[in-house]
Amino acid sequence: MDAANYLYLSALLFTIGAVGVVVRRNAIVVFMCIELMLNAANLSFVTFSRINGDLNGQVVAFFTMVVAACEVVVGLAIIVTIYRSRRSASVDDASLLRR
Amino acid sequence: MMMNSTSIVYLIALPLAGAVILLLAGRRSDKWGHLLATALCASSFFVGLYQLSLMFNRPSQERPVSQKLFEWISVGTFKIDAGLLLDQLSICFVLLITGVGTLIHIYSISYMAHDPHRRRFFAFLNLFIAAMLLLVLGDSYLNLYVGWEGVGLASYLLIGFWNEKPAYATASKKAFVMNRIGDMGLSFAIMIAFATMGTVSFIGVQAAVEQTSTPVLTGIGIMLLVAAIGKSAQFPLQAWLGDAMAGPTPVSALIHAATMVTAGVYLITRSNFIFDAAPTAQLLVVIVGAITLMFGALIGTAKDDIKKALAASTMSQIGYMILCAGLGPVGYAFAIMHLLTHGFFKAGMFLGAGSVMHGMNDEVNMRKYGALRKAMPITFVTFGLGYLAILGIPPFAGFYSKDMIIETAFNAGGSKGIILGIVTLLGAGITAFYMTRVMILTFTGTPRWDEKAQPHESPWLMWLPMAVLAIGSATSGYLLSSNDSLVKWLSPLFESHEEHHELLPPIIVSALALVMVAIGVAIAFLKYSRREIDAVAPKNVSIFTRIAREDLMQDRLNEAVFMRPGQELTKTLVKTDAVIIDGAVRAVGRLTIATGLSLRRVQNGFVRSYAAFILMGALAMIVAIWVVVQ
Repeated sequence: MDAANYLYLSALLFTIGAVGVVVRRNAIVVFMCIELMLNAANLSFVTFSRINGDLNGQVVAFFTMVVAACEVVVGLAIIVTIYRSRRSASVDDASLLRR
Repeated sequence: MMMNSTSIVYLIALPLAGAVILLLAGRRSDKWGHLLATALCASSFFVGLYQLSLMFNRPSQERPVSQKLFEWISVGTFKIDAGLLLDQLSICFVLLITGVGTLIHIYSISYMAHDPHRRRFFAFLNLFIAAMLLLVLGDSYLNLYVGWEGVGLASYLLIGFWNEKPAYATASKKAFVMNRIGDMGLSFAIMIAFATMGTVSFIGVQAAVEQTSTPVLTGIGIMLLVAAIGKSAQFPLQAWLGDAMAGPTPVSALIHAATMVTAGVYLITRSNFIFDAAPTAQLLVVIVGAITLMFGALIGTAKDDIKKALAASTMSQIGYMILCAGLGPVGYAFAIMHLLTHGFFKAGMFLGAGSVMHGMNDEVNMRKYGALRKAMPITFVTFGLGYLAILGIPPFAGFYSKDMIIETAFNAGGSKGIILGIVTLLGAGITAFYMTRVMILTFTGTPRWDEKAQPHESPWLMWLPMAVLAIGSATSGYLLSSNDSLVKWLSPLFESHEEHHELLPPIIVSALALVMVAIGVAIAFLKYSRREIDAVAPKNVSIFTRIAREDLMQDRLNEAVFMRPGQELTKTLVKTDAVIIDGAVRAVGRLTIATGLSLRRVQNGFVRSYAAFILMGALAMIVAIWVVVQ
């Protein structure tokens, strides 16, 4: 199996995630799309690790997972708080800093 | 090598200390300030006498002495020491300045007795004496320049001494500003000298003259002439002197008659080596002198203000000196001689005018005087001696010094000599006319006083200096010219005399001059002595009188040629500044604000648009990297 295919898949997943972040309004969906992008990046790390035959990429992928887990905790907490105060999970409604 | 001395500096240090003490001590010195100032000025005079006695006892080549004070400027090869030079020329000035200065200090004690700011007045007088001494004692043009500016400052302060009157404050400003033009000339001369010769000391410049091209020397000469014109109130910068009479009368006597205004003559005489090598500049000097001597004399004929009449006369007499100094080595000594005698008789007459004003409630209009001979006999006699001296009646001072100038002018050779001779003779005639007019209006005829006027003789502190100056007016000419003593004394400084063109023998010149004087006196008598004089200046007078009353239109000319265009230029510059310079600055500001306002729209508060920007940025970066790597 050609390692490049994994990279194509990674790029595809990342693009889907990026497009999702830009077009969707629901904070939960946006959040999931961010996770998708992170994992697409993870996939390319692992692939490069495989191609180069060392463990650096694998190690970075673990780090990314840890950071992503933390980010999920913080991010979900923010989303829940916003939902409580504004009765909406739309990211477009959270624009108080505009002025 | 010149001899060194350590005592020259005291000449300057004594009056300078007086000025510093009086200004720093403030009101605490009100009681004794005038006495200290007078004592210090007098002691400076005695130091001068001591230096003169030392100088007498040395052979003529060893007479100049110098003193290095400190290293002033030392930049690379450019080195200037603050140094003093006392030679045969500067000692004449030192004695004139400190001698007449001391007399005027004494006079001022009484004249300014009722002025609440008398101490300040004496501080400024001492400052002036110190600056003027530095001017004549500096051993380089740069040191001279310091003194030159110093006397300008002192003159400004003293003209505007009663600056609570706006007109007086304006007069002092006018004098200062017009002097700046001359000062600019002097600074240019110094810069040209330094750029071409690499030195600004008198000795250095004198040595470098031979290797310097004539155009450069002419440039330096003309710039020095501009300086002299400004300081000595010569045409076309003479307009400030009349207004300078706003200052207290002792100031007019000391600064605007005897000493400061003669600094231009000193400068030209001191720079004789430059002018001798630059005939064009020298010719200009003569022309300026000739024009001014007529100019001043004509103004003098129409002035009713006694001080302004005397100021016009000063202008005219300095014109004589400048003219004579422009005639080259034959003239320098006579210019200095007239300067010294003029210092006596003009200072004496100014003090006389001050005495008259003192007795007449500060009235300066001669039409309100009349018949003061009885009320002020001492003033009449001392003023009269000065009058005889300025007319050039033998054996009074002016006879020797002015006749020498007329004779030298006639003997200048060719048509130049004849023109100059006629101008100086005419000037002598007009001088006789306007001075006789002053005498008649002031001292003879019927009283035309204000009701309140109580003319009385001045106290002895005032008439004593007048008497001393009157004695000087009577005798100084004879003393200075017997055996050619002053000429011989000064001769080592100047190049030896060229061959003498003898156009007219001295006796004929003297006779001609006396005839001119007699005509002038006679006309004045016919015009003013045989009929009543109006107490108010008549209005329906000829156009010539009107022009002469207005200083021959010089103020109008200055206003039309310099002031109005200057104002226009300033206005244009202000507008340029407001529109172009400020406009450019404001445009930059407005552009920044507009950019900021339009960029603000990007910050719309939508998270997704921020995310889109981040994405686009990242993509752009990737594309950029890809392009570079490719």
